[in-house]
Amino acid sequence: MWPAIIVTAVGCYLLKLTGLSIPDRVLDRPLVRRLADLIPVALLGALVAVEAFSTGQQLRLDARLAGVAVAVAALLARAPFLVVVVSAAATTALIRLAA
Amino acid sequence: MSPPKVSDVPANRQPSERRQILVDSLGVGLATGAYGISFGAIAVSSGFDVWQTCALSLFVFTGASQFALVGVIASGGAPVSAAATALMLGTRNTLYGLRLASLLRFRGVRRVAGAHILIDESTAMALKPADTRNARLAFTATGLSVFVLWNLATAVGAVAGKAIGDTSVYGLDAAVPAAFLALLWPRLTSARTRSTALAAGALALLLVPNARPGIPVIAAAGVALAVTVLGPTGEAAESADGPERSA
Repeated sequence: MWPAIIVTAVGCYLLKLTGLSIPDRVLDRPLVRRLADLIPVALLGALVAVEAFSTGQQLRLDARLAGVAVAVAALLARAPFLVVVVSAAATTALIRLAA
Repeated sequence: MSPPKVSDVPANRQPSERRQILVDSLGVGLATGAYGISFGAIAVSSGFDVWQTCALSLFVFTGASQFALVGVIASGGAPVSAAATALMLGTRNTLYGLRLASLLRFRGVRRVAGAHILIDESTAMALKPADTRNARLAFTATGLSVFVLWNLATAVGAVAGKAIGDTSVYGLDAAVPAAFLALLWPRLTSARTRSTALAAGALALLLVPNARPGIPVIAAAGVALAVTVLGPTGEAAESADGPERSA
């Protein structure tokens, strides 16, 4: 197991460092600039969907859906980050308790 | 690292903004830390020992890659494919770095050290302020608070191990997408970003049953590429409050 851990640790660090080390002028191109703007949006959108609606390799609708819905309501009400996250967890926990 | 008290309302805007950045950063750290408990518990129950689990959080330090590594091992995958999956997920941070490099303008030691805390959360928080000084504060404060709390929580989760039981009872699995959503939310300011996020989420879900864990999220970056190349161009299509490079 240790070789996999070490390879992952070194590799992940170098991936991070590479991103920060790419020359500034690369971002001066409008196309690259737009792409760099949209990539986190796309990845975060995918992370939300995958973490909310799947378990392993299976799509699943469960009590997490209610938690995320409450998170959306909290975000619309401009609630702070911690309130958003805690209200989502609490909603899901309460529904599971009731079920 | 602890933010100043917020009870007295500051007179001028700038210190207030920096104070709010520190408060928000700690909030992100606390939320992510709770998630770390589940990582520690899951890793130990997947066959990693406590030291290996803590080493992952200390040295890999990017949650999705850590979960991917542990998840593939737990589902019977080879260590090689587990590491490959984790590294593919880690390419996301390269893209974040590409996005942040011109905003943070880190050089030398700062860059070498800063790279380790280049993750989803620190990136999202660094993109909120409009200038380099506050972006650096948000990046560093968020990265460090997540690092400290994520590692403490991992150790707690690993040691408590099976005693904690099913973390879904506490709704922690719903806290994860809520946290990502809260990080995504401030960027959904234009039709372009909203459609990109929706399309990326839909594509990822389509791929979930057919692709290895971790791949759907990476594939979603293709949506960003498609929108960039095929979508409308020009300033009007840019997000209204997109981060600007400071003068």
